[in-house]
Amino acid sequence: MTALFEARDIAVRFGGIRAVDSVSFSVQQGEVFSIIGPNGAGKTTIFNLISRIYDTTEGQLLFDGKDITRAPPYTIANLGIARTFQNIELFANATLLQNLLIGRHCHSTVGYLSQLCFLPSTRRAEIRHREKVEEVIAFLDLQRYRDSLIANLPYGVRKVVELGRALCIEPKLLLLDEPSSGLNVDETEGMGFWIEDIKKDLGITVIMVEHDMSLVSQVSDRVMALNYGKVLAMGSPREVQTHPEVVRAYIGDVTEAEA
Amino acid sequence: MRYLFRTSYRQDLRAWRHGGDLFWYGLLILVCLIIPLVMGEFYVGELGGVYIFAIAGVGLMLLVGYTGLISLGHAAFLGIGAYTNSVLLAQGVPFLVTLPVSGLLTAVCGAAIGRPTLRMSGLYLAIATLAFGGIVGTVFQKWNAVTGGFDGFAVPTPYVFGISVEGATGVYYVSFAVLVFVLWLSVNLLRSPIGRAMVAIRDSEVSAQSMGINLAKYKTLAFAISAGITGLAGALFAHYVRFLAPDAFDVLLSVQFVTIVFVGGLGSLRGAILGAIFVRLLPQFIAIMRDSLPFGIGRLPGLEPSLFGLVLVLVILFQPDGINGLWLKTKHWFEAYPFKRQASGRRQKSYARSERLR
Repeated sequence: MTALFEARDIAVRFGGIRAVDSVSFSVQQGEVFSIIGPNGAGKTTIFNLISRIYDTTEGQLLFDGKDITRAPPYTIANLGIARTFQNIELFANATLLQNLLIGRHCHSTVGYLSQLCFLPSTRRAEIRHREKVEEVIAFLDLQRYRDSLIANLPYGVRKVVELGRALCIEPKLLLLDEPSSGLNVDETEGMGFWIEDIKKDLGITVIMVEHDMSLVSQVSDRVMALNYGKVLAMGSPREVQTHPEVVRAYIGDVTEAEA
Repeated sequence: MRYLFRTSYRQDLRAWRHGGDLFWYGLLILVCLIIPLVMGEFYVGELGGVYIFAIAGVGLMLLVGYTGLISLGHAAFLGIGAYTNSVLLAQGVPFLVTLPVSGLLTAVCGAAIGRPTLRMSGLYLAIATLAFGGIVGTVFQKWNAVTGGFDGFAVPTPYVFGISVEGATGVYYVSFAVLVFVLWLSVNLLRSPIGRAMVAIRDSEVSAQSMGINLAKYKTLAFAISAGITGLAGALFAHYVRFLAPDAFDVLLSVQFVTIVFVGGLGSLRGAILGAIFVRLLPQFIAIMRDSLPFGIGRLPGLEPSLFGLVLVLVILFQPDGINGLWLKTKHWFEAYPFKRQASGRRQKSYARSERLR
């Protein structure tokens, strides 16, 4: 197995706070890798480092054999890394279809002039993009919302739309930032099935930040637990969940509580 | 209600939605072409002015309504286009060359102002573009050798295929042709990746970036396209006023453009045109009504600016989607008749991002 993504001793400081402190991990091709930890542990910060919204203070990020530590944020999608956001960052005043088409942006190669005049080359490219988008719509069962404005869709559906938009990038690596936050039990279960399908049918590697432990155990191959920017434990969901350091981070010291 | 049954993706890519659209827009174009034959010189001239402002409105709409960037300096772009066109014409360059050159040069100026203001948004961008407008205005005043300074500049009569574009009718037809061309470009833009990137930047910069959209590139491009279109309007404006003076391109004109965009309805090309009709024809309407208004209201000084202000405030309060929103609601009412729901006429509470000051 080869590592698709590797973080080597990455660290980031905001003023005096070390939000992420020499964290190293590697993600294998085709696995679902989850990052857990209490609030403020630095999980989302790691995502923002990978998608290059923040600059790392130290360390190196390697993706697909390339060093992306200093790659501009807009090149990340072209390399094959897609992400979703914790609080849904969809384009609210556009339809679902347009949102997914924006996901195809990194694959558009038609010149500006051709777009301005809508030449046949643009038309052909648009039809190609549309076909790909329709595949994603069919995959995620979103047909009936195709022409709805995002602003009019329920929260649970928007979550799936954001997942779909990320899939339209045709990524090799998918970063999911709390895919189940704000979803009810049914919707969370559905999200778990989508993630399994993405892994099995599309063969996309997933890194996921998640609080819902049932979802984490359902889909993850490996889990990394963080607290205060440091790695507490790494391993199978079962191992990490029972790891004494992790238990202490979440519910405090057992011996202390007994005493 | 009309239900569209689509059978191919090609159908979704068309500029029009269905045959009905094509028919009505065709009819509209036909009516616009006939107007100068049946209406008086005065009305034809005013309509020409409406078209020119509509062109500038479409330009600003692409920036404000679709990319979410505000500009209070668009009068400067109009001026750059106007002076470029007139100066080149005076040098003996044919109009069919000077018109596109004015657009292109203004687009370059737009890119030049867009580039350093990339990190700004909301109020800061408004102030920066306002300052730019002021600087350009001063250049028009002081660069005597080219602009003639305060003495002004008589705009030479242009020729298109050997026919002189003179009087209200000539300006009318040329402006109409350019407006149709600009609308065609804009519709193309909005259904292709550039337009989607612009909308993405408006709605969420951070996720636009992670979709692979280079913010710097597309914001600059949006500024360039918007300025270029306004430059085209400027070239025509020169022929509309026939005599260029630097004080024509002041901040009040920029504010008028912003009024067009807001009153017309943010995020719709139709809104830009409806807004231009409103902004250009309201003063004329007041002038015509002046004597027949009761209690001498018509003779009050400052009637026009206060009416503009009032309308802008009312629109922002009660109809954030502008005249276009009103049109869509009316259309919906007729389409759904008699099944209009209470909610369909309710006040819109959602605002486009550009209205929120970040």
